[in-house]
This record gives sequence, C-alpha cells and structure tokens, in this order.
Amino acid sequence: MGYYTDLILILDSTVRLAIPLILACLAGLYSERAGIVDIGLEGKLLGSAFGAAATAAVTGSAWMGLFAGVGVALGMSAIHGIASINLKGNQTISGVALNFLAAGLTTFLGQSWFHRGGFTPQLSGDQRFGPITLPFAPELANVPVIGGLYSELISGHNILAYVAFIAVPVTAWVLFSTRFGLRLRAVGENPKALDTAGISVTLLRYQALIITAVLVGIGGTYLSIAQSAGFNNNMSAGRGYIALAALIFAKWKPWPALATCLLFGFLDALQFRLQGVQFPYIGEVPVQAIQVLPYLLTIILLAGFIGRAVAPKASGIPYTKER
Amino acid sequence: MTFSTFTKAIAGGVALSAILTGAALADPALIYDGGGKFDKSFNESAYTGAEKYKAETGGSYSDLEITGDAQREQAIRQFATKGFSPILVPGFSWATALQTVAPEFPDTNFVIIDSVVDLPNVRSVVFKEQEGSYLVGILAAMKSETGKIGVVPAFNFELLEKFACGYKEGAKSVNPDIEVLETYVGAGFEAFNDPAKAAEVTRSQLDQGVDVVFQVAGGAGAGVLQAAADAGKFGIGVDSNQNYLHPGNVLTSMLKRVDVATYNAFMDEKNGTFTPGVVTLGLAEAGVGAAFDEFNADLITPEMKAAVEDASAKIASGEIVVHDFMSDKACPV
Repeated sequence: MGYYTDLILILDSTVRLAIPLILACLAGLYSERAGIVDIGLEGKLLGSAFGAAATAAVTGSAWMGLFAGVGVALGMSAIHGIASINLKGNQTISGVALNFLAAGLTTFLGQSWFHRGGFTPQLSGDQRFGPITLPFAPELANVPVIGGLYSELISGHNILAYVAFIAVPVTAWVLFSTRFGLRLRAVGENPKALDTAGISVTLLRYQALIITAVLVGIGGTYLSIAQSAGFNNNMSAGRGYIALAALIFAKWKPWPALATCLLFGFLDALQFRLQGVQFPYIGEVPVQAIQVLPYLLTIILLAGFIGRAVAPKASGIPYTKER
Repeated sequence: MTFSTFTKAIAGGVALSAILTGAALADPALIYDGGGKFDKSFNESAYTGAEKYKAETGGSYSDLEITGDAQREQAIRQFATKGFSPILVPGFSWATALQTVAPEFPDTNFVIIDSVVDLPNVRSVVFKEQEGSYLVGILAAMKSETGKIGVVPAFNFELLEKFACGYKEGAKSVNPDIEVLETYVGAGFEAFNDPAKAAEVTRSQLDQGVDVVFQVAGGAGAGVLQAAADAGKFGIGVDSNQNYLHPGNVLTSMLKRVDVATYNAFMDEKNGTFTPGVVTLGLAEAGVGAAFDEFNADLITPEMKAAVEDASAKIASGEIVVHDFMSDKACPV
C-alpha cells in the first residue's frame, strides 16, 4: 500500500474521530458566545448517546433515536437554562451537576430497562446510521489521486457526519452575517447594552441553549448509534471536555474550531497507526512515547502558537437587570 | 441520656449486629470490577458462576457494582462487616484494596481473581491466559487470508500483554511468517469503556490488511467485534463466549472460566473446604480454552479444530510451554 493510500485512510479515520468533537465544540460555541459556560457538554453527550441508543433499540429506527438523543439534550439544556438564566445560579456548578446526573441516570435507567448493567442491546441495520455512498464514488475509486480522495475520504460517512461538516459554515454565517448572530455575540460580551436596546437577554440565551442542545444531541447520537452499535457506561469518555478545550484553542470561532477538532482527531488516528511501526534509523519507538504525542503536541501548540485566548466577556456571568 | 441507657443502647446495637451477622453468615458476596456486571465479558462471567451456584444450591448471594475506585475498600469492608463470606472480587484492580482490608477481617474468606494477594484468608485465582490465547492465535493464523492478523488490548498493561503474547506465539506456531499488529485503544483504565475508539483502532488495523482481530479490551471490545463484523472480517472474543454477538463474524472466543473459579469458591465455602493460597487455572484444568459452538461452526474447518485439539493436548501434557509474559515482562515472538 502506498503512502498516499495510507494518508487517505488516516484522514478518513481522523474525520470519524473528529465528528463528535466538532458537534460538541460548535454546541459549546453557541452557548459560550451567548454568555453561558457549558461544562455540561460531557453529560449532554452521554445523555443523548443513551437516549438515542435506547430509543433506537426499542423502536428499531435510527431517526427516532436521533429525535430522542436531541430531546434528551434539550431537556438537559432546559435544566441548565433554568438554573443559570432564570435562577442566576453558578453555571459551572449546574454543568457539573448535569454531568453527574447523566453518568448516574444513564446507567440506572439502562439497567432497569434493559437489564444489561447499563448497556443497551446491540443495534444493527436500520437501528443505526449507516455509511452513505456518494454518487459516482465506486466508479471514481480507481481514478488516481482524486478517486481515492473522493471514494474513501469524502464518500462513505453517515449522514450525521455530513451534518457536522455543514454545521461549520452555517455557524460561521449565522454568527457573523445575521442579526441573530450579532445579538448572540453581543449578549456574551455586553448583555446590558442589548437589554438597553430592548432585546430580551433571557430569550437570546435560551435560543443559544436550544441550538447547543440540538448540536450536542446529534453528537451524542453519532457516538452511540452511528460510530458504535449501542450504549455503554461512560462512553463519552471525556469528549465533552476535549471539545471545551478545543473551543478555547479555537478562540470561540467556528472555522478554527473545525481545524482544532480535526487536529485532535488526526493526532489520535496517527497515534493508532504509529504504534509498533518500525521507523527508519530509530527502530520501534516505545508505545508510551507514541501515545503521548497528541498531548505533547497539544501543549506545544497551545503554549507556542495559539497565543492568548480571551473568552467572551460576559461568559459565565448570570445577567441581572437591576442591582 | 444517662449512662445506663447509653450502655444499653450500645449493648442493643452490638446484639443487633450480631444477629445480622448470624443471619447473613456463609452467604457469599461478589463485587464487580469497573467494567460492570453485564460487560459480556469478565464480570459477566463471574456473575454466571454465581448464578449457577444459586441455581444449584438454592442458596443466595449478594452483589454490587462499584462506580469508582474510591469505593473499593469501602465496599469490601461493608460486605465483610455484614458477615458475608467468601467475598469475591474479580480483577487485578482490587489487589490494593484487598491487601488493606483482608487483614482486618481474619475470619472472613476472600477471593481475588487475576491477581495474587498473599494473605492467610485470601484465595488468589490466576489464569494461564497465554495458553488459551495460543489456541485462538492458531485459529486466527489459519483463518487469515492476508497473512496479517491483529490484537487490540485496552492499553499497555502486563496482564493484557500476557494474552497478546500467547496469541502471537500461537499464530507463529502455524505460520512463522504471519504479521501480527498490536494496537492499544488508550493509555489507561478508561480505555476499557470506550468502544467507539476501540472500533476506530480496529478499522485502522483492518485498513492495513488485517483480517482477524483479537480483542482484549473488556467492555470496549464490543467496538472491536462490531468494527470487524461491519467490515465483513473476523473478530475474536475474550473472557466470556462472545461468538453469539455477531454470528459468522466472530471466529472464536478465548474463554477464561471466571465462572468456574467463582462457582468453585462459593461451593468450597458452602462445603467447608475453602482453602486460601494461589490457584492457577490453565488448559489442563479446563480454566481457559477456545470456544466452539453453533455460532462459529461454519467458520472452523476440521483442520483448524484438529490443530487446536493437538495443541491443547500438548500444552496440557507440558510438551508445549507457552511463554508467560508476566514471568520476564517480555515476549519472545
């Protein structure tokens, strides 16, 4: 197999690993831009992964699973919204509470519904989102250079993966070219000004939380019924936190967010591929050294190249109309 | 509260706890490891053994799933205080906690699986995983058409290497030229819970031409078997018989009879024949093996089965000695 094919396959793996990160990262972007810190992304990912897998298992339909996954995320966002917007509670605490709630509740409900110790039944066929072959992919597969790129890398992902990639330009457009986007950014920087202009801060923040929930709900659904075939305990495995880190990395901007998530995915995919490989002159590198690569590179990039990341000014601060 | 009522209250409490202890005496307890009760693997196997004990004796047992490492000592202590015996803890992660708690309850019997705790009231059950892995390695090498097979351990850890090393040795015994890829899912215990990443690691191996993958990743192993089945290739299960998960795409499973170890420990306590010390279960003791059933019958040729039976007999008789990774922390192949 040539280097080019290898590269395509690694990039293909990169895409699959990055999808849940991209969705969660964009989700976080909307809420943080609106001034709401969402540590609860991890819990929302987990909760919606469970909702999607459980519903898909019962109804036999992946689409019903998607609805349920997004529904769970919406419910959790509603709790977060009430606690942090209406009751003006501490957003970090509310988010952490959601994470605990999701971890405990998914296992508990999974056990009482399916009696498999928190696992949902194995899903197959229509219960999952299968790969979509784009037009002409098989025909083009043998065309040099472009064929492999198109049939392996671009074609053959599931619908949720394409949604994730479409969400990036859409987010960039919404955020920087629409009135809603302008207000969303303003409410995260200076809610007082917006309030003075007669725009409801509460409404805007709820709108942001709804978008957040839809995106992270799709991410969780991807995790359990597209990438895997069922739910298991704690399957989000810290992806929500990584997405938050990626968000800081990307300075709360959509395109850099995409790039960062792809970078994280790429480093992981590369790491899998390099394990046990004989390098010229060096020989086999200890696996620990390979596995530390993604973390090491992250630190180097963060410390050396990214520069200062400034969060939206009002992020994390509940808005009080009058004092 | 006067002094006398105080002492009465204490006396009452002591009496009550004595009654509770009496009632629960000799009931065994089982505390599952991180992967959870129904991991379709290691813990579930312990559960199967306990259920068998319950069905055969009409007795009962208590069990618990922990949610974090901090609960380990507390959980053992709680069961011990309530008078359960033996208290069985499957998994090497329990070793430290048991080392601490077992001496506090000298009259309670403990059983640990996969690790050795050298105390007078602890039975340590260890398996010769390398022998069972050797057998599935033979099957993998004979099934492979590409000359490349893979193994996916959860992370770089001695016990998991023991499986991987036996597998490699078995594979090379039938095809010295076979290439065995080894890729870890993660770098720590959380890798046991990440089937999505395990599936991705497996796809990475399949992309490189591997056509049979042996999973040694507990709960995350479901992702390995899923990825292999999705690609129309073969996975190999571990610990429990996982052939049924994807009929036609799970070549075999490396059985580790945790259920037998659990059942035996519970029965020994019931019959008053419980013995502490190290118990080693290998092929000769039918403690490990390769799974053959109706789900993989079509995948296994008579030659493959014959090769496994031949190797089993030779290992059991000592003619073949499969290298134990734990003995020198190195794999010769």
